[in-house]
Amino acid sequence: MIEGRTGKWETVIGLEVHAQVISKAKLFSGAATGFGAKPNTQVSPVDAGFPGMLPVINRFCIEQAVKTGLGLAAEINLHSVFERKNYFYPDLPAGYQISQYLQPVVGHGRVSLDMPNGTVREIGITRLHLEQDAGKSLHDRHPSLTYVDLNRAGVALMEIVSEPDLRSGEEAGLYLRKLRSILRYLGTCDGNMEEGSLRCDANVSVRRPGAPLGTRCEIKNVNSIRYVMQAIEYEARRQIEVIEEGGTVEQQTRLFDAARGVTRPMRSKEEAHDYRYFPDPDLLPLVLDPDWVERIRADLPELPDARKARFMSEYGLSADDAGVLVAEKETALYFERVAQRRESKVAANWVMGDLFGALNRLGVGIHLSPVSAEQLGALIDLIADGTISGRLAKDVFAEMVASSADPAAIVEAKGLRQMTDSSAIEAAIDTVLASQAGRVAEYRAGRDKLYGFFVGQVMRATQGKANPALVNQLLKKKLAG
Amino acid sequence: MSDLALLALNLTEARDGLARKMFSARELAAAYNDAVSKAKPLNAYITPTPERALAMADAADERLARGEALPLDGIPIAVKDLFCTKDILTTAGSHVLDGFHPPYESTVSDKLWQAGGVMLGKTNLDEFAMGSSNTTSWYGPVENPWRRPGDNRPLVPGGSSGGSAAAVAAHAALAAIGTDTGGSIRQPASFCGIVGLKPTYGRCSRCGVVAFASSLDHPGPMARTVRDVAIMLSAMAGHDPRDSTSAPVPVADFEKALTGDIRGLRVGIPQEYRVDGMPRDIEALWQQGVEWLRTAGAEPVEISLSMTKYALPTYYIIALAEASSNLARYDGVRFGLRVEGDGLEEMYELTRAAGFGAEVRRRVLIGTYVLSAGYYDAYYLKAQRVRTLIARDFAAAFERVDCILTPTAPSTAFAIGEKSGDPIEMYLNDVFTVPANLAGVPAISVPAGLSGDGLPLGLQITGRAFDEETVLRVAQVLENAASFRHLPSFLAGAGR
Amino acid sequence: MALDKETVAHIATLARIRVAEAELELLANELSHILSWVEQLNEVDTTGVAPMASAAAASLPMRDDAVNDGGCREAILGNAPRVARGFFTVPKVVE
Repeated sequence: MIEGRTGKWETVIGLEVHAQVISKAKLFSGAATGFGAKPNTQVSPVDAGFPGMLPVINRFCIEQAVKTGLGLAAEINLHSVFERKNYFYPDLPAGYQISQYLQPVVGHGRVSLDMPNGTVREIGITRLHLEQDAGKSLHDRHPSLTYVDLNRAGVALMEIVSEPDLRSGEEAGLYLRKLRSILRYLGTCDGNMEEGSLRCDANVSVRRPGAPLGTRCEIKNVNSIRYVMQAIEYEARRQIEVIEEGGTVEQQTRLFDAARGVTRPMRSKEEAHDYRYFPDPDLLPLVLDPDWVERIRADLPELPDARKARFMSEYGLSADDAGVLVAEKETALYFERVAQRRESKVAANWVMGDLFGALNRLGVGIHLSPVSAEQLGALIDLIADGTISGRLAKDVFAEMVASSADPAAIVEAKGLRQMTDSSAIEAAIDTVLASQAGRVAEYRAGRDKLYGFFVGQVMRATQGKANPALVNQLLKKKLAG
Repeated sequence: MSDLALLALNLTEARDGLARKMFSARELAAAYNDAVSKAKPLNAYITPTPERALAMADAADERLARGEALPLDGIPIAVKDLFCTKDILTTAGSHVLDGFHPPYESTVSDKLWQAGGVMLGKTNLDEFAMGSSNTTSWYGPVENPWRRPGDNRPLVPGGSSGGSAAAVAAHAALAAIGTDTGGSIRQPASFCGIVGLKPTYGRCSRCGVVAFASSLDHPGPMARTVRDVAIMLSAMAGHDPRDSTSAPVPVADFEKALTGDIRGLRVGIPQEYRVDGMPRDIEALWQQGVEWLRTAGAEPVEISLSMTKYALPTYYIIALAEASSNLARYDGVRFGLRVEGDGLEEMYELTRAAGFGAEVRRRVLIGTYVLSAGYYDAYYLKAQRVRTLIARDFAAAFERVDCILTPTAPSTAFAIGEKSGDPIEMYLNDVFTVPANLAGVPAISVPAGLSGDGLPLGLQITGRAFDEETVLRVAQVLENAASFRHLPSFLAGAGR
Repeated sequence: MALDKETVAHIATLARIRVAEAELELLANELSHILSWVEQLNEVDTTGVAPMASAAAASLPMRDDAVNDGGCREAILGNAPRVARGFFTVPKVVE
């Protein structure tokens, strides 16, 4: 809810996410899909809309869409139809986009969100359909020309449309993160928003709680989750202000200006869109074999929700910790490698504590971690078997982050192996007590608080290497005299 | 052999002559190159390719010499300029494709060259195959090699494959390929006194054929005899993985279907084709055709194709809707004409206004309208439903009969300006040919006689989907019975 | 359906074909004439009849996910009226 001048307002949001399908070749042509190639080098005459060139669909792209639909707990439509969406734009070579309209390949599904207050919220998925991506228009390379690169033209996209179930920018952010996580688990989209492989349009409207839906504005192509959240919050407040000033919200398409944090209407004249959809006569209806769909279902990987539940039951993790560890597929895999045959709580703490901290400071993802899961596991083993103390382990970990070296090698090279020889520790204690005769007397007279001081002195004298348990045991005996 | 004697051979005879080394492929190609030049007044070709013809003929001669002859080795063929030909100007008869040199070859033409065919050049057509008179081409009208005796007015060759038909009729090509969206192979074949076949939808690939209406466009052969057409079809047909609507159906050796035996075959005679105002000589020829087939042992059966009347309006809605979308790609960005204006939108509008002729513009506008919001159901969806009924008509008929005999067109060739400017009057030319396009079934036009004013008239045989064999067999029986030997005045003027 | 000049102008804009004001009247008449002719289809009862989008009976064929096209920039740009630095170019678009 947003508190306006005249009372409470509710924001209603539906998201249309365009997710680029991971595939080698394009949806309807054999051209490559890689990002960052030289302009127009990944274009077939089909993609460029050359006369007489015809589309032939890529089976793997359909499989990816079906897989995604199954991952969203959605209905798979065994009969779907590709239609032409007709409009003119320089990066749309044929003058139409092949898309699905009345009969998409995937119908109703859902995504569940873990809310910060611990509850779960289900967001409805209206549909998922396959379509071609457009090329790229570059407006800033020349004062009077737009440059057109068709490398992206024809790459398979999944348009995933949510129900208007989201109520805040924050929820929209949670939804996008969750959706991205599912897509990455499935391996159907890399979810990279900077490279444009995941793009989001947001339909935003406001209303009084319980009132019918208000007029919506569509915010186009916002290229990060943070910006989506900002754009929605800004847009909701803008609409509330318009209404509270006595105006009416105009249905329009708006762009988010990230530099200023505001949305503005698109400048190009929006003539009434009339896409003149009709079934593409170059293609026939897409008919899926139900057995094929079932085989895809059987091969689905474990998805975030299931993995979270398993982490809680199998590793005894809290819902929060499990949620954090499963959010990214790579993190979950990393954790499971560390936790293998080890104390899972300890593993979780190392991953979420020291490792996340180090990755944050380095500004890299877990797939680029300087410390491998096997190395972190070895470090935990060195603590468990008493080779190093927990305190020294922190220093060893810092060294691992810096050098990517194995923990055992660091311990050896720096002589950090724990002192477990009781006579050596006894000698160190004797030296400390001898030099602190006054304090020893005070302690024995009843100042128990000095105990920690003696421990510190002993540890210092052994450069931290003394086994803390042994130090305790021997020190208590010596002080008791 | 003299050039004239060479040119008088049909495809089958030329193939045998080449095999028996009576002449070389180069001699044949040279004679045809010469004939193409001499036929210039007909304006049948937009782009002759004489050097390529000679080079391909030389390659054919080498194979013939080695005894490794391919099915069409050395046969000079004209290509409707709707088929993309690699690195050779491809215009679709439109200004908007100015200078377009495709970086690929259409599947059908490629198959012909793979079979040893020799390319003579690209033939004229109605702009984007939209027309029935070959008068809408940016490259000017094509003239029919036929004229009415005692009347010197030039006549249209029919359309849209008018250049291909005129070239074959004028012996400026041994055979040609055309496309048939609503009669564009069969109607000009009828007007020019040659044989033209529209195969089953999906039989010949559309890959590399500039699209007019994707669900109705059919590439097919045109030649002087039914056997020639059968030989051409065997080379052109076949499944193409690059066309999603291409049929994965095996290709027969269609020449083998020409047994001459049609005894016991049931031939449907649809009563609805007796349209008001059909000229008496066409009606009479149709009746004659029935008698020829009866004499050959077939059994004529009265049938009903009750939706015939609605085929034309159905066709126009579907064809123009698809065309409005298919022609959106001509926008001045990637190929062809570009007219600069103030900004992108003006560039689009000026390019397309200058690039499209009046008929194409009219059709694109109607097609845009019938798909637009609020009208889609009333026009486009309605037409698709009627199309279902038309296809059902044929399905029901083919439960009772093996093929259907009708006239090809309701008139003979007419003079330019003889028709009123009413586009619908022109559309009515396709009344007998359009139903087969909607149903996707094969149909052939065979020259069967002369009209009262001395112009060729064709009869049409329509068959079941993928049963070109029956269509060809019956067509050949008809051809033999009619024994059409007349030559167009253009050839008579050339000294014969 | 009789089309008026405004409707024709709107369709022409949708189709991106410039039509001179002076031509609108004539075109409106021509198009109206053709549309009223095709409207004879309203005589046909199509209740319960499924629309037919294609004469091809099969379902959509599929190809394997293999890169076997593209990498032919010269061929793609070779026919373009205007190119610069490997791009097609058009008059600047303002979003």
